[in-house]
Amino acid sequence: MNTKKWLLTLVFLLIVLVGVPWAINASGRWDFYYTLTSVALLSIASAGVWLTFYIGRINIGQGAYTLIGGYASAILVTQLGVNFWLTLPLAGLACAIISVFIGLPILRLRGVYFAMVTLVLTEVARLTALALPITNGAKGIVSIPLPAELSLFGLTIIPDFATLENPKLAFYIAAVIMMVLCYAALYRIVNSRLGHLCRSLQQNEELSASIGVNTAYLRVIAYSISSFMGGVAGASFVSISQSIYPSTFQVVDSVNFMLNCFLGGLGYVLGPMLGTLMLYFGWDLLFTMGKYQLLIYSSLIILLIVLLPNGILSLPLFNKRGGGPK
Amino acid sequence: MEQILVNGLYLGAQYALIALGLTLIFSLMNVLNFAHGQMYVFGGFVTYTVVAQLGLPFIVGLLLSAVVLGVMGALIEKFLFRPVIARSKREESTMLLAAGIAFFLDAVILLLFGEKQRGIPKIVDGVFNWDFRIVIPYDRILIFVLAISAIVAFIMYMQYSKTGRAMRALAQDRVAAELMGVDVKYYSMIGFALGAMLAGLVGGLLVSITGINLGMGGPASIKAFMMIMIGGAGVISGAIAGGFILGMMESVGLTLLAVYGDITYLVIFVMLMIFLSIRPQGLMGKPWG
Repeated sequence: MNTKKWLLTLVFLLIVLVGVPWAINASGRWDFYYTLTSVALLSIASAGVWLTFYIGRINIGQGAYTLIGGYASAILVTQLGVNFWLTLPLAGLACAIISVFIGLPILRLRGVYFAMVTLVLTEVARLTALALPITNGAKGIVSIPLPAELSLFGLTIIPDFATLENPKLAFYIAAVIMMVLCYAALYRIVNSRLGHLCRSLQQNEELSASIGVNTAYLRVIAYSISSFMGGVAGASFVSISQSIYPSTFQVVDSVNFMLNCFLGGLGYVLGPMLGTLMLYFGWDLLFTMGKYQLLIYSSLIILLIVLLPNGILSLPLFNKRGGGPK
Repeated sequence: MEQILVNGLYLGAQYALIALGLTLIFSLMNVLNFAHGQMYVFGGFVTYTVVAQLGLPFIVGLLLSAVVLGVMGALIEKFLFRPVIARSKREESTMLLAAGIAFFLDAVILLLFGEKQRGIPKIVDGVFNWDFRIVIPYDRILIFVLAISAIVAFIMYMQYSKTGRAMRALAQDRVAAELMGVDVKYYSMIGFALGAMLAGLVGGLLVSITGINLGMGGPASIKAFMMIMIGGAGVISGAIAGGFILGMMESVGLTLLAVYGDITYLVIFVMLMIFLSIRPQGLMGKPWG
């Protein structure tokens, strides 16, 4: 990363951490906090989907992992009394481990076969949540407490959200920081040796296997990182809504995660973030349209894909230096 | 037991018809049509409007459903999929388009027909009863026969007509077909229209038995995906086999697993996953088709 990119990152952080709260304060649209927090969290899950696109697989199963992550965190918090901030990495890990076992067989599939199987996976997760006793079936797990204080050697790192006067702002800040960390990690992965190997998988799996790349291992690694992100996003989403049901994440959500990546642009790390912002925020803004909301929304999606089949970030505006902001 | 088998066959005939349309579109254009379920619901609503509101005979409704959906499919291919396929760097972009169309059709159905469950009056009254071992209403038998004849007609059309031959050539090898003088653009459009038409036809058939509502589109798409995964994507015989297998499993599962609660589909999904890890291309699919 050069100085210019550091500067851009700094400007971005200033805008989202100082500019946006100020703007919301000034306009009095407090509901935007919830919307933007959701955007930040969903874009983490979309980043995971993007990583599976990066190894050349179409992943429509992220909803399964957000659901698993959400349930893992909810069960740990409500039944074992674990601190929420600890459950966050645990939920991610649980998803990563599960995804290794699911990924090993299904990652052998390609193209639409993989896409369809992952779509089915979302449905499996939902039905499992309905059938298992620990997830409390269709009633779900409700009244999950707000995140508790996190302290290290008596030093408060994150205060108890229940004692804050504005938990919405706290959630927003936490979500944005997580999103930035997640995309930093994604950027690092893409520009590392692992990223180059993944790109070779995307272009030609046989060829890269023939020159000694361990493709099976790489696929599973990328898929489990992707699922980790899904789990973390799901767990934090649940703590905001303070409840989880089997229908919290369903096929539509999985499809939306995939759409976010497409819309932003599959060739750009920041694609899923932009895509999520546009799709989720756009949907929210169109709410004033009443019953025509879905009609306008879907027409805009169709229009966008017909005009810009390679994503918004493929616009020349973003690619002055050529090659794209990779 | 006989009853379960008969139910399975009846379900399977409808499922096979849905899967046929999806697999046709996939084999011709490599497009996974997310909007297939919505097309099917749309077809059902067209039949409902013609039969229940305009009071015309059922067969008119059925034909109109097929025609309306066929035209819709042709327009979607010509003005949406064709330009996107031509310009996008990665083939998968068509998925976004298909999903967008699914949302769009949902919105159109909501605005045109509302969100209520709709059905039409029974076409034939009475129940076929064979010693209480097989009990099946006559209208279901009629729908079954219609579905089977539609499947047979479709296979004959694909096998013996010039258009069918062109489409099979296209599915086998697009470039080779073009070199042999097949009008690829025209037949892609016809193929998409035919696929959409089949979806509309099933919708029209089903509205007379189970009725139809807005929410049925998504689950129908998922089931159709499962069928073509079982049989192998892009293969006609595979789609038919997948449809009947899924119908049979659903029928058997709903009876045998009822005591354990609502887990039929969970079991089917898990079985499908295991099956696909052993045979990724499905029963009859080409590897990496």
